[in-house]
Amino acid sequence: MTELQAERAAMVPRSQARPQRWRYLDVSIALAAFLVLAMLPMFIGSKALLDFVIRCSAFGLFATSLNLLVGFTGMVSFGHGMFFGLGAYSFGLIMQRTGVPVPVAFVATLVITTIVAAVIGAICVRLKEIYFAFVTLAFQMLIHSTILSWVSLTGGDQGLRGGIPRPAFFGIDLTNHVHLYITSCALLVTGLLLMRQIAQSPFGYTLRMIRDNANRASFVGIDVWRAKLTIFVLAALFASTGGVIMALFVSGAYPEFAYWTISGEGIFINMLGGVTTFLGPMVGTVLLLILNDTVTRMTEYYGIVLGIVILFFAIGLRKGLMDFAVEWYAQRRSGPAERG
Amino acid sequence: MLEIRGLSKAFGGVKATDNVTLDFAEGSLTAVIGPNGAGKSTFFNLITGALAPDSGQILLNGVDLAGKSPPEIVRHGIGRAFQVASIFPSLTVHETLLAAVCADQRRASVLHRRFPLAETRDRAEHTMELLGLSGKRDRTAATLSHGDQKLLDIALALVLDPKVLLLDEPTAGMGTEERWRMIDKVKELWETQKITVVFIEHDMDIVFKIAPEIVVLCYGRILATGKPDAIRRNEAVIEAYLGTEHHAGAAI
Repeated sequence: MTELQAERAAMVPRSQARPQRWRYLDVSIALAAFLVLAMLPMFIGSKALLDFVIRCSAFGLFATSLNLLVGFTGMVSFGHGMFFGLGAYSFGLIMQRTGVPVPVAFVATLVITTIVAAVIGAICVRLKEIYFAFVTLAFQMLIHSTILSWVSLTGGDQGLRGGIPRPAFFGIDLTNHVHLYITSCALLVTGLLLMRQIAQSPFGYTLRMIRDNANRASFVGIDVWRAKLTIFVLAALFASTGGVIMALFVSGAYPEFAYWTISGEGIFINMLGGVTTFLGPMVGTVLLLILNDTVTRMTEYYGIVLGIVILFFAIGLRKGLMDFAVEWYAQRRSGPAERG
Repeated sequence: MLEIRGLSKAFGGVKATDNVTLDFAEGSLTAVIGPNGAGKSTFFNLITGALAPDSGQILLNGVDLAGKSPPEIVRHGIGRAFQVASIFPSLTVHETLLAAVCADQRRASVLHRRFPLAETRDRAEHTMELLGLSGKRDRTAATLSHGDQKLLDIALALVLDPKVLLLDEPTAGMGTEERWRMIDKVKELWETQKITVVFIEHDMDIVFKIAPEIVVLCYGRILATGKPDAIRRNEAVIEAYLGTEHHAGAAI
């Protein structure tokens, strides 16, 4: 193994074989996190804060699902944002045109995403590295162009106008801001829990093998193409769920949701938060949205500030914030032992 | 056991494997030797599915594996270790073997359970003990020494419980002492595991000392097959590969 390979190995998510009981710990943490988030409106009445958490839910699901591809499988997709847009448009259109209950529209959106992701993935996952990245980007641009040009269906560059109907279901009224907030939190926590399960399952370790050495993985009996396609579709489903949350939040869908900049933001979030820990992208999401909200208030040169932040993380820390924190903590723990 | 029938593969005008017909008996230990470019690694690549043959058959217990994909061939019972250790740098030794057993048990796609699966532990532990890697179980593969990475590569093939184990230069890149330790380990595995082992080796001292059967390849064709003594005396082999100096030394 070369030094480069060894260095790369140190940069990818560390695998820790967890015993089965860790799953219950994850569920407990998720439940506790959900309860804390759900009780937040009782103590803090700020609508802006609830809006912030809803946006974090949408982008957090999207960015964490991207990390399943980038960090866990080594597939750097430049077009993952297409599924965010697809989720928003599919859900919005189904609700506008059919009037079915929200859960039915949500399931139908996931079915549509599965079909589209399976077709696109079947073509893309055969490709490696930069070719995979650019073909996913090409598909994203194709979907974006379709949205712009199919005006009768999508509203073109104006997006889905007139709002998305959100009839109440099971006592949940998504036109109520608090209900929408709690539903978003539930989707976020459930999505993160499911992705955590994927990452820690035998399939998660199959992905790590493929990321490290796809050729060797095939000589261990792994069908690399099938595994890559499976994670491509699964990641698309979580990204699509993020899009659904966004569509519910803004009560519409806009071409920007499917534009390449969404994929770019996903990559940026992963760089900010780090790809070697499961919650890195979630931390990156919070950071980016805080930056977004504060910098745009302070200056019109938003891009320049973000560029400087990227440079700080890429050249200064050379890793995401969570990666840095975890490494610092590990060094701090091992320090006294080594000295002793 | 493993029968190769008229196996051929050409790259453009170069015949890398040219109508090779060979039999490897069950439980045999065979060395494949030949000068650089003789087609040894191509021969392994054809057997393991890394390359599709132009013609010929690869019969394992009567089942033709020619043209099948590497995962299919692995599942039929042909395991392989590589010339340059081919491992999973970020996984620990233990995780590597547990994940490989998962794949062998067709559980590589399991989503609803947590890794590691209880039913994969015994085989992983057993293989770590066999290869002497138990003490390094929690080390990531990237941090192992070159020799241990080669052992882990072999362990990866062995943990799949293969009928035939192909080792592509198991001693490549090792110092003299390490080479002998490795080859002793290969011989020990062959004797204890009762599997068919075929290995490529450049060190003639090692080949003549441990291999009961030798196959000599040259320009993709079989130049000679047989016992070490017969190979040592074979004029064509001496001329093509061993050279007169070695021949003189061997004769002395």
